[in-house]
Amino acid sequence: MPTYRFRVNGNAATVDSWDPDQPLLYVLRNTLGLHSAKFGCGLGQCGACTVLLDGQAVRSCVLPVHQAAGHSVTTLEALPARIPDAFIAEQAAQCGYCTAGMVMGAAALLSQTPHPSLDQVKQSLAGNLCRCGTHTRILNAVMRVAKA
Amino acid sequence: MHAMTSLTRRGLLKSGGALMVSFALGAALPKRTIAQSAAAPDVDSFLAIHADGSVTIYTSKVDIGTGLATAFRQTAAEELGIPVERFNVIEGDTATTPNHGGTGGSSGIPRGAADIRRAAATARQALLDLGSKQLNRPAADLTISAGEVHPAADGKGIAVAALIGGKRFSLKVDPQAPLRDPAAYTVVGKPILRADVPAKCTGRHPYLQDLTVPGMLHGRVVRPASMGARLLSVDESSVRAIPGVRVVRVESFLGVVAKDEWAAIRAARELKATWSEWSGLPGSAGFERTLRESPVERDQVVVNRGDANAPKPLSATYYWPFQSHASLAPSCAVADCKESGTTVWSASQNPFGLRGNLAKVFGIPQEKIHVIYLDGSGSYGSNGNDDAAADALLLSRAAGQPVRMQWMREDEHGWDPKGPAQLLDIRGAIDAEGNITAWETQMWLPGGPQGDRALVGPESAGLAQGHGQNAGAMTLNTDPPYATANLRVVAHSLKDTPLRLSNLRAPGKIANVFAVEGFTDELAVAAGMDAAAFRRRLLADPRAIAVLDRALAMIEWQPRPSPNPKPAAGNLHVGRGIAYMRYKQAENYVAMAMEVAVDRATGKVTVRRVACAHDCGLIVNPDGLRNQVEGNIVQTLSRTLHEEVTFDRSRVTSVDWASYPVLTFPEAPAIEVALIDHPDQPSYGAGEAASAPVAAALANAIFDATGVRLRTVPFTPARVKAALA
Repeated sequence: MPTYRFRVNGNAATVDSWDPDQPLLYVLRNTLGLHSAKFGCGLGQCGACTVLLDGQAVRSCVLPVHQAAGHSVTTLEALPARIPDAFIAEQAAQCGYCTAGMVMGAAALLSQTPHPSLDQVKQSLAGNLCRCGTHTRILNAVMRVAKA
Repeated sequence: MHAMTSLTRRGLLKSGGALMVSFALGAALPKRTIAQSAAAPDVDSFLAIHADGSVTIYTSKVDIGTGLATAFRQTAAEELGIPVERFNVIEGDTATTPNHGGTGGSSGIPRGAADIRRAAATARQALLDLGSKQLNRPAADLTISAGEVHPAADGKGIAVAALIGGKRFSLKVDPQAPLRDPAAYTVVGKPILRADVPAKCTGRHPYLQDLTVPGMLHGRVVRPASMGARLLSVDESSVRAIPGVRVVRVESFLGVVAKDEWAAIRAARELKATWSEWSGLPGSAGFERTLRESPVERDQVVVNRGDANAPKPLSATYYWPFQSHASLAPSCAVADCKESGTTVWSASQNPFGLRGNLAKVFGIPQEKIHVIYLDGSGSYGSNGNDDAAADALLLSRAAGQPVRMQWMREDEHGWDPKGPAQLLDIRGAIDAEGNITAWETQMWLPGGPQGDRALVGPESAGLAQGHGQNAGAMTLNTDPPYATANLRVVAHSLKDTPLRLSNLRAPGKIANVFAVEGFTDELAVAAGMDAAAFRRRLLADPRAIAVLDRALAMIEWQPRPSPNPKPAAGNLHVGRGIAYMRYKQAENYVAMAMEVAVDRATGKVTVRRVACAHDCGLIVNPDGLRNQVEGNIVQTLSRTLHEEVTFDRSRVTSVDWASYPVLTFPEAPAIEVALIDHPDQPSYGAGEAASAPVAAALANAIFDATGVRLRTVPFTPARVKAALA
């Protein structure tokens, strides 16, 4: 079985995958036991599976594991508390299934643009869907970090 | 749930996130046997005070992200005088929780919390009696605070845990037990933070989707290309190259199981199967005509007052399409079907109902099925969770191993039971003063038999089951909340429905208020009156007037007739709208005002501001409530602007987020919510009410901006542009 090497949350990871096209999401969840990234659509349409690949937000449900090889993956489990704490302070969750993707999307934005405008935040999260309608609080949480 | 949460969180932290984490939920809980008498429930069935002073609340009502569990903790903490942070909640476990109903109809607070409150009040009296014996003081001199029974005036107390910790109350819930005076509340009414939020924001909340049990396989179903097609043949060799795949076929039920999830997904995608042709659907294009022309099962006279034949020269027709729950997570379940007993982990909103239905459909004695609720993604009524449970059970029974079954996106959008389409004809009349002299609503909605909803998998597998088409209380709020002398409302339930029906948030009420409050606006326009003033003079209830006035003040409403005489220069036309309703004509009072901008060139509607005034009686948790109200507004804006389930003659064709778009962040409006608290009044649930006036307020605002009345949802740019042309 082919083996793929990459860094996950700062640690070296070596995983086997019978299919080089297996999306990274399943490797994270089922092989590495990292459950923060969620399966929402498998189509790259909803953002629930968002993780960082070398600091960029990617949809892990459509990123083949072979393309992650040699790169550095960050999941919410290893993200510094700054952004999650802002989400907690704003109580920016209902069911919370989209939250990990929101936090990771915000992390990618804030690393590039530390003080985005509200409009920039909205545009940046345009591909992250929230079905419970927690948009106002999520925006408030990201803006809380943006203004800090 | 929270006891399990912390357990799992520890497990994850210990593993450093680098190992496969298995958690056997329920195993850490003490064995409980519970009295299942709904008429005379035991205090112990709802509450357990442990030796360490912590308290567990047991309930069949589940917190699907609404903050309900936090409200339960506050309610029990208030009655018991035990700090709220010592409470945790076990939800929806058919072996350990009492069955006081499923979760729905905004009943979590008015019924669920009320049950817990009475159990806690009974426990409080028992604790005061126990304390009285220990402290040698009359119970009347004692009170409970900070988890201690102590003299109200002075003197030493004793910890609640020392009196009852780890022991049972062995008492029936006393419906007459004295309740704490709301005026003295210290916990209820406070914005206590939700216990589930930190784990949700750090990726450590244990979802159903994350559950692993020993020996578990991953399952996927292969649905037919046409909804009613029969399976003719399967070519198992088509997936032979995928490792560890087993094909499961039961009649026309087709699925795969594999140890590896990706293998199951690929196998389900690549498995070659031949299906019969089927084209039994009417198609969604022109479905409003289908509704009007289809055979009616029964005509229900909802309201009939005064003269049914009073003249009604004004009329309009409103249409609401089929909509999907479109849960962010496709439905999921883990089932372990064994001879000795079956365990099902599910995010169903009604675990006891699911157990009963599975028992009937699979011919398993109810006592041999254990359903355990775990959080999934938000569901807004009955989505596909119960169907996924049946799929998992079918696969587990065939495979002889536990199976985790997660639907794919197209399964969820294509096969979840839907919120019904509705067609409403309204006729009415006004006099010169702006009084409504006559009103008639006629509504058509898909229907079918009463009883349990048919489950998708068992239907394909040829198992005998009910075919109930219940969608909730669809006919409420079909009458105006305004003084009307001559009023008649008739609901026509059809014999049939093209798609399975289910309760979808605020069932029926959103479309009904869309029509009723839209038509009220039309009457105001006919009267040449300001929309808010027209409504206000026909309202008598001070709580109704209070929310209306509050919403108007928030949006800085300027009285004038609609449409806006000066909408704008250029293509962007601005307007405002108002809608009011009392939910189910008996519960929450909600008024909603909106400011919109309509681009006449593109038809794009931008909601700039939403102002909502909300009165649900006593407020248990203002922050939880605000979160629910905001969610109701945003989700219903999405339903109004974007959402329509489309289907051709054979299948649902809106099967992903591209073909069934929902509201995105760039469209998120500024929302202002005013919560009006009435601590002396009963508490209504707020999971649905604020959704009901959204579509009406939006349509009324669009009319104000453009002079064009939209009576068909969704308000897509194409539809708006066509209406403006």
